Amino acid sequence: MQWIQLKIDDRKIRVPEKTTILEACRMNNISVPTLCHDPELTNWGACRLCVVEIEGMRNLITSCTMEVQPGMVVKTSTPKVKEARKTILELIVANHDIDCLTCEKMGECELSKYAYEYGVKKDVFLGAKRKYELDDSNPFIIRDLNKCILCGKCVRACAEIQVNNVLDYSKRGFETQVGPAFNLPYGESECVFCGSCLAVCPVGALTEKQMTAKGRPWEYKKVQTTCPFCGTGCNFDLNIRDNKVVGITSNPNSPVNGRALCVKGRFGVDYIHSPNRLTKPLIKKKGEFVEAEWYEALKLVAEKFKTLKDQYGPDSLGALSSARCTNEENYLLQKFMRTVIGTNNIDHCART
Amino acid sequence: MAGLATSFGSGAMTNSIKEIPHSKVILVIGSNTTEAHPVIGSKIKQAVRNGCRLIVADPRKIELTGLAEVWLRLRPGTDITLINGLMHIILKRGWEDRSFIAERTVGFENLKELLREYTPDFVSRVTGVPEEQLYQAAEIYAASDCAQIFYTLGITEHTSGTDNVMSLANLAMLTGNVGKENSGVNPLRGQNNVQGACDMGALPNFYPGYQKVSDPKAQKKFEKAWGVSLNPNQGYMIPDMFAAALQGKLKAMYIMGEDPVLTDANANHVRQGLKALDFLVVQDIFLTETAKLADVVLPGASFAEKAGTFTNTERRVQMVNKAIDPLGKSKADWRIICDLAGIMGYHFIYKSTAEIMKEIASLTPQYCGITHERLGIRGMQWPVLGEDHYGTQFLHKDRFTRGKGLFMPVEARTPDELPDKDYPFLLSTGRKLEHYNITTRHSKVLEGHSSEELAELNPLDAEKLNISDGERVKVSSRRGELETRVKLTDRVPPGMIFMTFHYKESPVNVLTNAACDKVAGTYEYKVCAVQVSKLE
Repeated sequence: MQWIQLKIDDRKIRVPEKTTILEACRMNNISVPTLCHDPELTNWGACRLCVVEIEGMRNLITSCTMEVQPGMVVKTSTPKVKEARKTILELIVANHDIDCLTCEKMGECELSKYAYEYGVKKDVFLGAKRKYELDDSNPFIIRDLNKCILCGKCVRACAEIQVNNVLDYSKRGFETQVGPAFNLPYGESECVFCGSCLAVCPVGALTEKQMTAKGRPWEYKKVQTTCPFCGTGCNFDLNIRDNKVVGITSNPNSPVNGRALCVKGRFGVDYIHSPNRLTKPLIKKKGEFVEAEWYEALKLVAEKFKTLKDQYGPDSLGALSSARCTNEENYLLQKFMRTVIGTNNIDHCART
Repeated sequence: MAGLATSFGSGAMTNSIKEIPHSKVILVIGSNTTEAHPVIGSKIKQAVRNGCRLIVADPRKIELTGLAEVWLRLRPGTDITLINGLMHIILKRGWEDRSFIAERTVGFENLKELLREYTPDFVSRVTGVPEEQLYQAAEIYAASDCAQIFYTLGITEHTSGTDNVMSLANLAMLTGNVGKENSGVNPLRGQNNVQGACDMGALPNFYPGYQKVSDPKAQKKFEKAWGVSLNPNQGYMIPDMFAAALQGKLKAMYIMGEDPVLTDANANHVRQGLKALDFLVVQDIFLTETAKLADVVLPGASFAEKAGTFTNTERRVQMVNKAIDPLGKSKADWRIICDLAGIMGYHFIYKSTAEIMKEIASLTPQYCGITHERLGIRGMQWPVLGEDHYGTQFLHKDRFTRGKGLFMPVEARTPDELPDKDYPFLLSTGRKLEHYNITTRHSKVLEGHSSEELAELNPLDAEKLNISDGERVKVSSRRGELETRVKLTDRVPPGMIFMTFHYKESPVNVLTNAACDKVAGTYEYKVCAVQVSKLE
């Protein structure tokens, strides 16, 4: 591997060849704003926000698409660069639905973060605004094209993470929009609701329906954990407020899946708070279940187990453990059967 | 588990999920990956996007068949014939890896002898796969310097499940495709902690870490650790438990987190078995169909309400972190077991699950170096051999766990029950993308999205039976019957019907056959004979 030496903001920097200027900056803690860039997706150069000045080049250059060259001299925060970035943001804001008060993205919106940083007010450029209907066609994702900044992250996530190619740009110029073929609503398209688009959207164009009006991002406690469904072992963050799981967000540090999830993992854990959950021990009396206290229920179980063991021997009892429970619980149940009961009658449904 | 354990010495996925997108050749057999393991499915699709050559063997036209260079549409239950046929071609063409066979394996001569009969002509007639596709698939798989196999329950949920797996292990060893990156035999585990439940010895013949209960040395080890004398007799596997209950030999069961009435084959038989018990305890988070039969129901806690670990399909032990308190008076399952043991006079005293893991690590060689603290946010892949070891990305490098890889020649056998005059359709069962077993029916959003069974039926069959798309029909087998709505689609070939097991309103396991694999005790969920008829 070749190392390239260059100068960024008067600092001498060495990075591996094929590194983009943007990556070189970020490796060296030089901040460059981006809206369309994502380290897991191909470089796109759509938002132009990452422009920098390069000595000897006539125009400003998008740093996310330009690889470093030996001896390059890059400047990331000249007045010309800042002015350009501000104008880009003003143009985006000019056609963005400034609905921040109730926008689900508030607090995590990257457009608002940079608008704040660059002092961008709304209504600098006046003119027509898009007016699209809200796409509320499915139980999972709300799509508000009036907030879309056409960064194309969702398009690339669909093509490169999920490899479903459901999303793309259509129409041109002011009418450009992103969505499924024929501009069908998500619910009528080939979308499988993996929600990768939702995980990468930098603004409030794609938001999660279940989490709507349930809390602000900063009000949630996030707890990384492992998905309870199939054997892939995806990780994600549970978003907790008031001892309640409000929803799931991707955690990019997840070792197996990164930000990718499936429809079940991302949206299906609302079963946790299903009204059908059992919350008290039950004892069947005369064919009907009656609620009981723990001690009463466990004492009954203990006595029954003891009586049957004494009368018919330990092998007259058996247990099914669970591929849904934790290792620790599976370990304890087999230990319980082998030591307390005295039998190897322990199995679970997935021993293939 | 038993199949790979015999061939390689370890019944686990040989490689890692992160290797998938960089694979050169992938053979997917008996796995509807994009629906049953969606994130792994999309990684396979990423691999194809990156230039990987994909072979798919599946009777159904699943999503991956559309991306495959070769789709081997075999008849259900003919997997061994197919794999033996591929090996026959590989040997005939001289594509086998001779040095790998000589240095790393034993038993090759027996296999060679067996394969002689599996000529392309014969294999094509049995499996229904055209001969040229057999040649194509054999060449793609054998010609690459690394090739991966992925399989799931389409391989294992057969009466010949263990043999099917050993057959795949033979194919991998024949071509030297095991023991290196992007090259191995990979069972995709169906549930979040299948691997872990097996590792932890929730099995009638193994203590934790696959230490045999029949091995006196292992028995002594655990007697010493647990301070009691242990029963040396192997216990009942699940199918035997229900039979023993009906014979009056099994009197009580303690069922934690399973719903066999819905998920075990021949559900009516299961229900009768459970009803025959003197005493049934079910510990679950919902009042399942099984719980309804219980004498005592103990409310456990969901994964969000407790700490512990799951072990995923690539042997990665990962943290489950407590995010909220158990709902109402429900309790973490591990605490319930400790409390019950306490009342019965045994001291299961653990302050936390981290302490339980310490005990596990001290007794389970594969988990030796694992602590909750070390798992952190990235987990570790077993074997983790000590406190200074960081885990194992792929198995069998340089040496198989059992020493030399063992070729186990396996003869093809037909499934236990095939369609006939009275029951002319072949029923196969599995999952769909929108649901996970039976829990997700309690998810409001998933239920809203996909609320009922849509059995897949070929339009040609539907025409003969005068059934239209979306119609409710009766499906019956020798064991039971149900009603379901059908979807007419060429995803299934004529003569086959496919149903999921998610819906208690159309409980497919009243139909399935409880014949099972002789070694693993896994039911033949993938093949049984049914009749489809119009509702009166």
